Amino acid sequence: MSLLQLNGVKVHFPVKKGILFDRTVGHVYAVDGVSLSVEPGQTYGLVGESGCGKTTLGRAVLRLVDITDGEVVFDGTDLAKLPDEEMRRFRRRLQMVFQDPLGSLNPRQNIESILSEGMEAHGIGADQTERRERIRKILARVGLPANALSRYPHEFSGGQRQRIGIARALVLEPDVIICDEPVSALDVSIQAQVINLLEELQQEMGLTYVVIAHDLAVVRHISDVVGVMYLGSLVEEAPSDTLYAEPRHPYTRALMSAVPVPDPEVEDNRERILLTGDLPSPANPPAGCRFHTRCPWKQDTLCATDRPELRDLGGGHKVACHWAEEIADGRISPTHNAAQVVPAGHDGHGGDDGDGGSTGPAEAVKTEKAATAAE
Amino acid sequence: MSTKTDKIDRLAELTASTETSTGASLWVEAWRRLKSSKMAVIGACIIGVFVVVAIVGPWVAPYSPTAQLWRGEVLTNQNVFVGPRAENWLGLDHLARDEFSRMLVGARQTLLVGIVATLLGFTVGALVGGASGAALVLGGKVGRRIDTVVMRVIDMMLALPSLLLAVSIAAVLGQSLTTVMIAVGVVQIPIFARLLRGAMLAQGGSDYVLAAQALGVRKRRIALGHVLPNSLSPVIVQTTLSLATAIIEAAALSYLGLGNPDSAVPEWGVMLAQAQRYFDSAPMLAVYPALGIIITALGFTLLGEAMREALDPKLRS
Repeated sequence: MSLLQLNGVKVHFPVKKGILFDRTVGHVYAVDGVSLSVEPGQTYGLVGESGCGKTTLGRAVLRLVDITDGEVVFDGTDLAKLPDEEMRRFRRRLQMVFQDPLGSLNPRQNIESILSEGMEAHGIGADQTERRERIRKILARVGLPANALSRYPHEFSGGQRQRIGIARALVLEPDVIICDEPVSALDVSIQAQVINLLEELQQEMGLTYVVIAHDLAVVRHISDVVGVMYLGSLVEEAPSDTLYAEPRHPYTRALMSAVPVPDPEVEDNRERILLTGDLPSPANPPAGCRFHTRCPWKQDTLCATDRPELRDLGGGHKVACHWAEEIADGRISPTHNAAQVVPAGHDGHGGDDGDGGSTGPAEAVKTEKAATAAE
Repeated sequence: MSTKTDKIDRLAELTASTETSTGASLWVEAWRRLKSSKMAVIGACIIGVFVVVAIVGPWVAPYSPTAQLWRGEVLTNQNVFVGPRAENWLGLDHLARDEFSRMLVGARQTLLVGIVATLLGFTVGALVGGASGAALVLGGKVGRRIDTVVMRVIDMMLALPSLLLAVSIAAVLGQSLTTVMIAVGVVQIPIFARLLRGAMLAQGGSDYVLAAQALGVRKRRIALGHVLPNSLSPVIVQTTLSLATAIIEAAALSYLGLGNPDSAVPEWGVMLAQAQRYFDSAPMLAVYPALGIIITALGFTLLGEAMREALDPKLRS
């Protein structure tokens, strides 16, 4: 049984206007119907470009934002409908690591105060001595010196601060940790250290992670299952290796193709998809498939009218695309109104013979956005 | 070889021992920066002198500030005034009283008005703004509504020109020193309220507040333990700057004749007003109190600005 299950979770932020009393004039559909499940001890990676709602989804799990609709079932309890105080108590078992290590630490608290606050809130440890003992253990475990206790966040380096953030989550001995871009604010050399620390901790303590990131390499490295988000909904979900080996959704293909390959020959000849246009506004998402405005494989039927459900293609590989099989088989070729098509090694308009799905050197479709998302 | 390793060990020990020294909180660091700021030192010196004068002034004043000891030597209708001389360092005023003694004694009134008025503005303003900000941070529909209503009232207060508001309050409450204090204080309320509320609003949306919430910290503790302490710096700076404004506004109200009805009691604003009539023949009588007001206000402004810089989180090293 899965430890954490999301059923049709929606987070809609009202857009308000008004002088004295606010009036709702519209909604931003930040998360619009996401269902997924996370098994205990697993790492679920969420990827997507900026503004696709992945951070909001992570916060929704902890009810840090109001859930408009849907269920967040954690260990048999629907968190979405819990009263505030009970939700607060549940947060001991669901913790979060934030993107900005400095911003997420109160500058006026020293490390001891930061780390003992959660324990105080949940009544862990009889007195400060007992708490301090526990804090010391955790500090040693995440690789911070014991004299860090009386120091303040600004006296640490970026990597150390993130370790403090991880320690803060760990002292409560949670079951699930949601890591919201845990390493994107860190230097590449430090990123590896923090990722490795997270993995070690998972093995030792049997933690379950939901890792939110836009770095495809990081997600691939750490995740068992990866979900790809686009404009508030999941477009594809598959075991990590499967997803990276054969992405099925057009958007995932665009994302993957933006990851540079260190081999120059492969780099020159591989398929590249450069999507045109911007991410549509989540306040006014396109009808039908959210991606159809930018999809190179857009068809005249279904795409603009029907919203595709996430369906299982076998082996836990789920795709929200009406034409996933046809694209994979090469029965549908990319249309060129939505994407710029550049054959490898040439400049200008490419041929129409490309099947898009094959790894053949002829076809290259590019995406600007995907490049940003993969950075 | 062994000596080398010994050396390294000793070095490691030394560095480690300094490392164990307790960390510096933001307040400690701000204080350190404040001490090294020239602006702060000059401001603090001016304020120090002013406060000492205000406290001991009446006892060290060489003469009574109200006694007309040299009657006959000053003839206002014939434009005869007495300037600085050995027994009267700043000369005599228009009623033949010692100007120096009056300046010394007058400092107390000015300081009293400044402090009481600022304290009034700070207390009420911080309470209103803090409550409003806390309501907003605690969230919910009710919180937002409370905040909206309170802030609209504050906006209305802010829309009135401060001196005009002070004049009307003074006019309603009658002429007295208390009136001046209340009038100047009330004018400060919306400034403090808006400032604290705005700072709390900004801090309320910060990551560490979200983190505390994710940690399961109770909302009341978040509002009072996290948001409020982090929102205080601008208010502290404003308090210092407000003292300067309050002193100037109190002087202005006294100048306009809304201060202490007993004009024999020296007060810098009143002295300035009285000296105006004889400005042609004895300009220095206006210059002394004016200088007093300006220098004091400058002292508070300098300290306030230095504090603003010291407390700025962006300058934190």
